[in-house]
Amino acid sequence: MMQLKVKFFASLSEQTGFTETTVDTDSPSTVLDAWQLATGDQTMPVNTLCAINMTYAHLDDSISDGDEVAFFPPVTGGCA
Amino acid sequence: MTALLRGGAFDPWQELAQIEAGFVKGKHGACASFVGTMRDFNVGDSVHSMILEHYPEMTQQFLDTICIEAARRWSLIDCLIVHRYGEIKPGEPIVLTAAWSAHRAEAFDACRFLIEELKARAPFWKKETTDTGERWVHDAPDE
Repeated sequence: MMQLKVKFFASLSEQTGFTETTVDTDSPSTVLDAWQLATGDQTMPVNTLCAINMTYAHLDDSISDGDEVAFFPPVTGGCA
Repeated sequence: MTALLRGGAFDPWQELAQIEAGFVKGKHGACASFVGTMRDFNVGDSVHSMILEHYPEMTQQFLDTICIEAARRWSLIDCLIVHRYGEIKPGEPIVLTAAWSAHRAEAFDACRFLIEELKARAPFWKKETTDTGERWVHDAPDE
């Protein structure tokens, strides 16, 4: 059994209704699997970005037990 | 190399002075700095305030990483990033990037690198309050 922490930020948090949740899975998983498990198969918006353990990742990257997976929209820091 | 996240207003000139106070005098010939300030308009609308959300641990890690990368690419005496989060009002500084070096070219290039990398990839998200309500900036039409 594998346990993951899944976080959502900004508009994705509002859309999914989650800021942070924990999911359990007993099969090898990818970042996309984490989204589906955590959101109950909600549609993922175009341009969604993701990270594993605070490093940018791709949806087909593998995840491991204890990983923190995050989903967020395009970033808008800085200014002008 | 310093990257700071601030939950309240900051004075960029004081931040620069504090860093320089720790320098050995006479060693740096150049300081290039960039201050980004909140506008009261965006894509044709008046903006009254803004919430800047971030992913705290990843943001700190990312800002630390680009400071280290700037020091690897250019011959710097020091560099600094300060970035706000939370509620911000028009006219308040959002971000400061700065680089110190012996000569101006390295300072200019490193300062620009810091702000461009930060803007492109640091995990911050802006939510503006306009006359018609709130909106995420990444949902707003391009200027």
